[in-house]
Amino acid sequence: MERLIFDYSEPGRRAADLPRCEEGMSADPLLAPFIDERLTPLPEVSEQEVIRHYIALSGLNYHVDKGIYPLGSCTMKYNPKLNETAARMEGFSHVHPYSADEDVQGLLGLLYDLEKELKVITGMDSFTFQPAAGAQGELAGIKIFKKYFDCKNEKRTKIIVPDSAHGTNPATSAMAGFDVITIPSNKQGGVDLAALEEAMNEDVAGLMLTNPNTLGLFDKNILKIASIVHKKGGLLYYDGANLNACMGISRPGDMGFDIVHLNLHKTFSTPHGGGGPGSGPIGVKKHLRDYLPVPLVEKKGRRFFLDYDLAHSIGKLHGFYGNFGVVVKAYVYVKKLGTKGLRHASRMACLNANYLQKRLRKKYRLAYDRICKHEFVLSGDKFKKYGVRTLDIAKRMLDYGVHAPTVYFPLIVDEALMIEPTETESKQTLDRFVEIMCTIADEARKNPELLHEAPLNTPVSRLDEAGAVKEPDLAYQGDL
Amino acid sequence: MIPAELKYTETHEWAMEKGNNIIRVGVTDHAQAELGDIVYVNLPEIGAEAQKGEEIVEVESVKAVAQIVAPVSGKVIAVNEALEDDPALLNSDCYGEGWIFEVEVSDPSELNDLLDAKKYGEIAE
Repeated sequence: MERLIFDYSEPGRRAADLPRCEEGMSADPLLAPFIDERLTPLPEVSEQEVIRHYIALSGLNYHVDKGIYPLGSCTMKYNPKLNETAARMEGFSHVHPYSADEDVQGLLGLLYDLEKELKVITGMDSFTFQPAAGAQGELAGIKIFKKYFDCKNEKRTKIIVPDSAHGTNPATSAMAGFDVITIPSNKQGGVDLAALEEAMNEDVAGLMLTNPNTLGLFDKNILKIASIVHKKGGLLYYDGANLNACMGISRPGDMGFDIVHLNLHKTFSTPHGGGGPGSGPIGVKKHLRDYLPVPLVEKKGRRFFLDYDLAHSIGKLHGFYGNFGVVVKAYVYVKKLGTKGLRHASRMACLNANYLQKRLRKKYRLAYDRICKHEFVLSGDKFKKYGVRTLDIAKRMLDYGVHAPTVYFPLIVDEALMIEPTETESKQTLDRFVEIMCTIADEARKNPELLHEAPLNTPVSRLDEAGAVKEPDLAYQGDL
Repeated sequence: MIPAELKYTETHEWAMEKGNNIIRVGVTDHAQAELGDIVYVNLPEIGAEAQKGEEIVEVESVKAVAQIVAPVSGKVIAVNEALEDDPALLNSDCYGEGWIFEVEVSDPSELNDLLDAKKYGEIAE
């Protein structure tokens, strides 16, 4: 295992020469009480040691450029390197955040143009690029719910969320001050219409829904669902985490959704393992445009400008243009693929998922036996009798050099394994994945002990997950 | 492991009658095994009113957050503070050191709605 950078430290060794302080320079006396005279204990290392250390660490990392990453709901697709080149162009990466509109016409033009594309893809009327990721997009959307009913002088205190929803949906509703009503799924894994009808009334602001849902199943009742919610005056929120199944095929705007968020960092590529950066623009139908966070990009004649003049805006969510680098990558992805390419990407994502589903359904248990969209959920419950749990299976996968899928989610499936291969994996890679999954299923029966100890071939073996939550040890405590 | 002397709910809580209308509540072995390693227990306040069938305690494991519901209605008169320092007691000794709270039952007839060990065993299978 690679040592800590602190362990390489030798007194006097250094990677950079700092210029000497100018004679007579002193800090503002007002700041004096806040200056810490103690030397900060930093490691003393040469440039070469720094480089070698971090190269060694990067080699331990697992990522989409190294192998398949079938993390359900996360859409870890391959990221074209062209995106990176574009995002690093000086005109984008070196822009001063306080530039005047007329000095960043190219940047504003890109936002405007991508908004146009997203409107076509989703069937919505206006977008903001402010939210930094999906969860912030949700918060923006649900704050719009709140403001919309406040402006109409209607008191609505509840939001309906299906039991298969992403955990962020109820969390967002609670953050925005709503009570959450959970409704059960029906036998096909979709929204139970009777339960929805019963829960929906004039106290309910609306419904948060993912379609296809977290089981990877498209809810064919979506128009009925929308009508039940709209009839009682409620709004419909679309969690766009699973849009990768739908590009160029079906549109949330046509399904009756009033607000959608997109995860540009999932559906439209961009590396996002390890927590960011993301981009979670939200789009709304016409009647909600004036509630969007400011600013929006608008066009007058041939000139782009930032519009802060929105009558009911929920305010500002993020500095400047949002996470602009991610937006550039999404722009390149959309432009490069075009309408046909995007539709093909979605079809291949669904084909790959169905191929894996068909080949793995016998060795594991398929939770809902239907043709799926871009992901599907297996259960590892048949291995319980050998003392093997899904967590053990996931850990063993690491030994074979593949990333584990999402486990124990959605909660409505016992011992869940949620697999999303994405469109960018070849048939050969998928076949290899199936082989690994089948080998592990056999091992679970014949040698459960092996799975309890897994992983054995990784830089560190089974970690104490409970200990990591209860007593995180994040700071270097040694001497320097 | 389902002790014969306890009463149970369909949602995997156990209830122990301690006399004087006081019952002690915890989660079953099946529940702790399904949850996995517990890292946090959000205990109720002493004096809180428990409503039968309503969520009263939140338990967080490395896998998920789960709600514990009150098996009967009544006033919370004691909580197991040891769980604050060592929530893993819920895994290691769920029927003993890992108990969660005690209530003074407001309607003793509710106790009749609880399941016996045999019935619960059929559910947990």
